[in-house]
Amino acid sequence: MAQIRIENVRKDFGSFNAVKSSTFTIEDGEFFMLLGPSGCGKTTTLRMMAGLELPTSGEIYIDGEEVGMKPASQRDIAFVFQMFALYPHMNVRKNISYPLISQGMAKRDVKKKVGEIAEILGITDILNRPVGGLSGGDRQRVALGRAIVRDPKAFFMDEPLGALDAEFREHMSQELRALHDRMNATTVYVTHDQLEAMQMGDKIVVMNHGVVEQFGVPQEIYDWPATKFVAQFIGSPAMNLLDFRAMVGVGDTQVTFGNVTFDIPRVLEGANGDMTFGVRPEHIRLDDAAPYRGKVSAVEYLGTTQIITLDTSNGAVKARVASSERVRLGEKTGLRFDPQTVTIFQGANGRALLSLANQGVLTNG
Amino acid sequence: MAEVSLTGVSKSFGDDVALDDVTMTVPDGSFVVLLGPTGAGKTTTLRMVSGLDKPDAGRVRIGGRDMAGLTPAQRDVAMVFQQYSLYPHLTVRQNLAFPLKSPILNTPPAEIERKVGEVAEVLQISHKLDNKATALSGGEMQRVSIGRALVRSPSVYLMDEPLSSLDAKLRSDLRIELKGIQANSGATMLYVTHDQIEAMTMATHVGVLDHGKLVQFGTPRDIYEDPVSVYAASRLGQPRINVLPAEVFGGAPATARTIGLRPEQIIQGDGEDSMVQRVEHLGDQTRLHLIFKDHTLITVTDAHTTLKGGDIVKIRPEKPYYFDADGARVA
Repeated sequence: MAQIRIENVRKDFGSFNAVKSSTFTIEDGEFFMLLGPSGCGKTTTLRMMAGLELPTSGEIYIDGEEVGMKPASQRDIAFVFQMFALYPHMNVRKNISYPLISQGMAKRDVKKKVGEIAEILGITDILNRPVGGLSGGDRQRVALGRAIVRDPKAFFMDEPLGALDAEFREHMSQELRALHDRMNATTVYVTHDQLEAMQMGDKIVVMNHGVVEQFGVPQEIYDWPATKFVAQFIGSPAMNLLDFRAMVGVGDTQVTFGNVTFDIPRVLEGANGDMTFGVRPEHIRLDDAAPYRGKVSAVEYLGTTQIITLDTSNGAVKARVASSERVRLGEKTGLRFDPQTVTIFQGANGRALLSLANQGVLTNG
Repeated sequence: MAEVSLTGVSKSFGDDVALDDVTMTVPDGSFVVLLGPTGAGKTTTLRMVSGLDKPDAGRVRIGGRDMAGLTPAQRDVAMVFQQYSLYPHLTVRQNLAFPLKSPILNTPPAEIERKVGEVAEVLQISHKLDNKATALSGGEMQRVSIGRALVRSPSVYLMDEPLSSLDAKLRSDLRIELKGIQANSGATMLYVTHDQIEAMTMATHVGVLDHGKLVQFGTPRDIYEDPVSVYAASRLGQPRINVLPAEVFGGAPATARTIGLRPEQIIQGDGEDSMVQRVEHLGDQTRLHLIFKDHTLITVTDAHTTLKGGDIVKIRPEKPYYFDADGARVA
């Protein structure tokens, strides 16, 4: 299995710059997510790792070997696409055996290997069935089997669950993750679904407009976003962003807007002008005694919790509170923000100001 | 602004029973979401109310009037389908204005202009009003087709997965907008979706359909907190309710075959040992995949838990649900 390193990789299509200088490392055995909206460069990045596109500049290392200019066939990787293609005239066993037979493996070894893979995927009982009549899930398992059977150094998957309906998707994502935990193969997975990325990934790279916005473990990215883009892209509902104007100096532990002063983690760099106060919905408490006011404009019941939307002087703010709390549409109340969780962003570039709370996350990686 | 009622409605397509004796009242001004997997009968129910299909048996009434024999146009309903259908040669503005230009409505031009502007604003397509319908993305076309229903003031809106082709951010904005429009206009809404978040957040009532039968009808809270069966309980809640053999924790009623546990019905730190199999950090919460006496279950814990795979957590049920061999709730 393999470590994959991307260094200063850039990709242009004519005059269009799809990926700007990207650098990150995927450790051996990691389940690694490339996350971003459509057009952000995540699929192009994956295709360059796989050898389906050549980088315009920069280096790609697989297990220490620079492979940037090598074709896919020389990289010893397996690719699973969104639309899994099986050979329709062959049965399941033949579909899975095919990569091994074309490598010239002895028949007996092929049989043994295919048996093992079928066991892992739980498809032993359908090995002799034609692929035509299989359910969507079984088809996907067969497609995976064909990728796994070669023991490649790494798996690359481009939205492999994108075409499935919600219920089945959740089931397959758990299955894929469990499969990874059994095999421990380095896996790079492209998705635009932040929940899927959080749920399945050991690490996430968040991309936007060809730029790597942040790179790290899911919970840290969620708690301490490096940019406003990440703050809004990760989490549902997204982080609340309240714009204000102020001067913030090194060592400050408070900011003021709407005539209310809020505690924040001690900031380690100064900024002046337009700024944004970022707080996650679950870090807001409704408390009628709090000075910062809002009017309830929507109540969305979610079972265990409910999402309350409040109109404030800084726009709509969403709070996640226990569904046992009684909240009435139209009522005015106060909002309290958990000071330990706040991020302040600079208006000019949307970057998070370094603070005592986020420096650990933002200065490594 | 009308009550919709179905009485004993059945419909078959060949040998397939799509609706089986459905009786349901959609109260005036309510927002009713029909939930169920593909094939449960959700869309067929909508088509019965709209007049696009005729029931084999039973009655559909809108505002107390029997709808038998009335065409969709005569029923004063506005429909939005999952598959948008716009006039490709018209602009967005013309598409939105079209329903208002009907000779029956005879809307003054200034009123049309105002309505179209208002609806475009709500649906975040004001900047596209003068584009041809064909020059829009899929999500924009879908918003225009919702808009075409909203410009009218029908007594009943019928919507079939109207938000399913939109991205997550827009979907969450439009959930609130649609709900607001419906509540303010006082119109009755019958809405079909696969998405349980939509069902929970928008509905005043949820109708749970199973193979053409209406198995539960109530508020989202009723269905979540007081489900009539395993099936109904499984429709709402993420992660899904855990269903285990009734006797694993002891103390089950005699008729119970399974025990149902939502995350909040599993107390951690007390009871019997379970082993953590996997920890999923979702940001606002963390999901624990647990193994308990050879059964797997999923629950939720503090976002910043230090638990990891292999750790032991004690768990016990708290006010669980019990279901009998047919899946019906017994306690």
